[in-house]
Amino acid sequence: MKNNDIIGQYIRKEMFPHIWCPGCGNGIVLGALIRAIHSLGWEKDEIAMISGIGCSSRITGYVDFNTMNTTHGRALAFATGIKMANPKLKVITVMGDGDCSAIGGNHFIHSARRNIDITAIIINNMIYGMTGGQYSPLTPTGKYGSTAPYGNIDQNFDISGLAASAGASYVARSSIFDVNQSIRFMKNALNKKGFSVVEMISDCPISYGKMNKLRTPIEMLNWIKSITVPRKTWEKLSDEEKKDKIPTGEFLNINIPEYTEKYQEICTYAQREGGEDE
Amino acid sequence: MKYEKKVVKILQGNEACVEGAILAGVRFFAGYPITPASEIAEGMARKLPVIGGKFMQMEDEIASMAAVAGASLTGLKSMTASSGPGICLKQENIGFAAIAEIPCVIVNAQRGGPSTGLPTKPSQGDVMQARWGTHGDHPMIALAPSDVNEILQITIKAVNFSEKYRTPVMLLLDEVIAHMREKVNIPSKNEIEIIDRKKPVGEKKDFLPFKADEDMVPPMANFGSGYRYHVTGLVHNEKGYPASDPQGVDQFLRRLTNKVELNKKDIIIEEEFSLKDADIAIVAYGSVARAAQRTVKLAREKGIKAGLLKLITLWPFSDDTIERLAQKVKLIIVPEMNLGQMSREVERTAHGKCRVVSYGKVDGDLINPVEILNKIEEEINEK
Repeated sequence: MKNNDIIGQYIRKEMFPHIWCPGCGNGIVLGALIRAIHSLGWEKDEIAMISGIGCSSRITGYVDFNTMNTTHGRALAFATGIKMANPKLKVITVMGDGDCSAIGGNHFIHSARRNIDITAIIINNMIYGMTGGQYSPLTPTGKYGSTAPYGNIDQNFDISGLAASAGASYVARSSIFDVNQSIRFMKNALNKKGFSVVEMISDCPISYGKMNKLRTPIEMLNWIKSITVPRKTWEKLSDEEKKDKIPTGEFLNINIPEYTEKYQEICTYAQREGGEDE
Repeated sequence: MKYEKKVVKILQGNEACVEGAILAGVRFFAGYPITPASEIAEGMARKLPVIGGKFMQMEDEIASMAAVAGASLTGLKSMTASSGPGICLKQENIGFAAIAEIPCVIVNAQRGGPSTGLPTKPSQGDVMQARWGTHGDHPMIALAPSDVNEILQITIKAVNFSEKYRTPVMLLLDEVIAHMREKVNIPSKNEIEIIDRKKPVGEKKDFLPFKADEDMVPPMANFGSGYRYHVTGLVHNEKGYPASDPQGVDQFLRRLTNKVELNKKDIIIEEEFSLKDADIAIVAYGSVARAAQRTVKLAREKGIKAGLLKLITLWPFSDDTIERLAQKVKLIIVPEMNLGQMSREVERTAHGKCRVVSYGKVDGDLINPVEILNKIEEEINEK
């Protein structure tokens, strides 16, 4: 009951029932995110939550913040404008794996490079679910999708690794199997001044499961449990053992100058020096 | 520039656009380098930090359009600028701004197209793209100034229209007026009309973010102002939530278009030169209108009763004026730096009441007054 009360404070009940299929991980991620936000005591008015297109992006419709459901892949670009225009807002984006790493890949890289104070939650179910199970840049090699009926030959991205190397301040990966860890990582990410990323390994029994012999939510959850390994354990594995595993944990947690603060310094300098042709 | 008293300056068209935008209250600019529009971004990068505004060079044209829409939602008047290839990329989020009713101004310093085309040559090839570039039925306001001083004035109008009607406004320059330097009168702040978007009043709890007033425009709350609401590119109801009931969808999309189309009288800016006794009319816009003004003088000297209708607002289109004009004159000539894009609109609205002849030019050179005159004489002699 206590948990339900927390969730109830933050959702738009009139938007329910939601569009997600039974067994979908999006609700678990949303629950974890709300609990993380709640634990920080943030006001709803000061939060802007932005998403792109896909099942997971419908999250913004269900929460009682300043919310925007934008175009495919562009959540971070819209969010950047919002954060830059009003740095007081706490800006969160929620993106799916295709949304974030394929069509939105460029915005993701450059948001990390700028180190702008936005928290990016990536729900990685390794498939384009809404459109019917086409393979995404995060579909593991060899797995099946409706556009990879004979197996996926693409290499899959390490999206957390990408964020870390592109310049983010905080990067962590958890899964819908480990909710407590997810909440902890999300809280750390939200608290971080700079670009922070939490990649959530999630499921899609309907689209991914159907084509990869994981038809039920339980089978999918067990599969996620079996492939995710704590980072430190993962590091000790042989290359062969690493192949089918995904490391979880905090990969990066550093303090580096944040973009909107640096811009404020530029404004102060320009105003002091005149910076004008008069 | 403090804009407390008016000043006269020699400015480039792109610089005049920057001055006009800042005067009108633009405080956020996001862009991406492109010829022949880059000077607008450069000017904004220099000036905005001084007045506490925000400038961003984004990773691409798509992102800059998105950032502009996002910034506008927080209450800052926002602008981006580009040219043909970049405007193509922005279309996705211009559509978003249209359906989500987010005020913003998109400057297109037109160059020859399609694709990379003629990067350093003027063109008017994007006038139809300006109207229909993004998919689906949507409102659009597009303005086309014809000299540097007018760029400043019309940029202010563009910002005002975007705020008043909560819609993206396209400002169409071309390479020549964007790069040309001329005398510009920069007015003081209190000499110009500045329009700000309507703010909601009343209970935050009962706020309906997309419920329109009688003018068909809903008041707009800034993100972070306590009116929490949902913005989406999906067709939505007054609450801002996705909707697909046929009646609601129909009402919404018609209102979106009508808020511009039914306010034409307010939005259309046009000028007439020597049309009173004319039997031949030139309909022109942008830098070509300036050449056409000279053509009228040359024609009159030769005893040809020519006049000019100069369109500054291209969209919504001046249907009524053209219809009236067609009943009065024998011939309308439409010179433009494309293969007849607006000429077809003129022909449509002339309803066959007079002959409409296109004079289209796409060789990358300006249209000069003499060639328009030659075209008029050629047409007179043919008849």
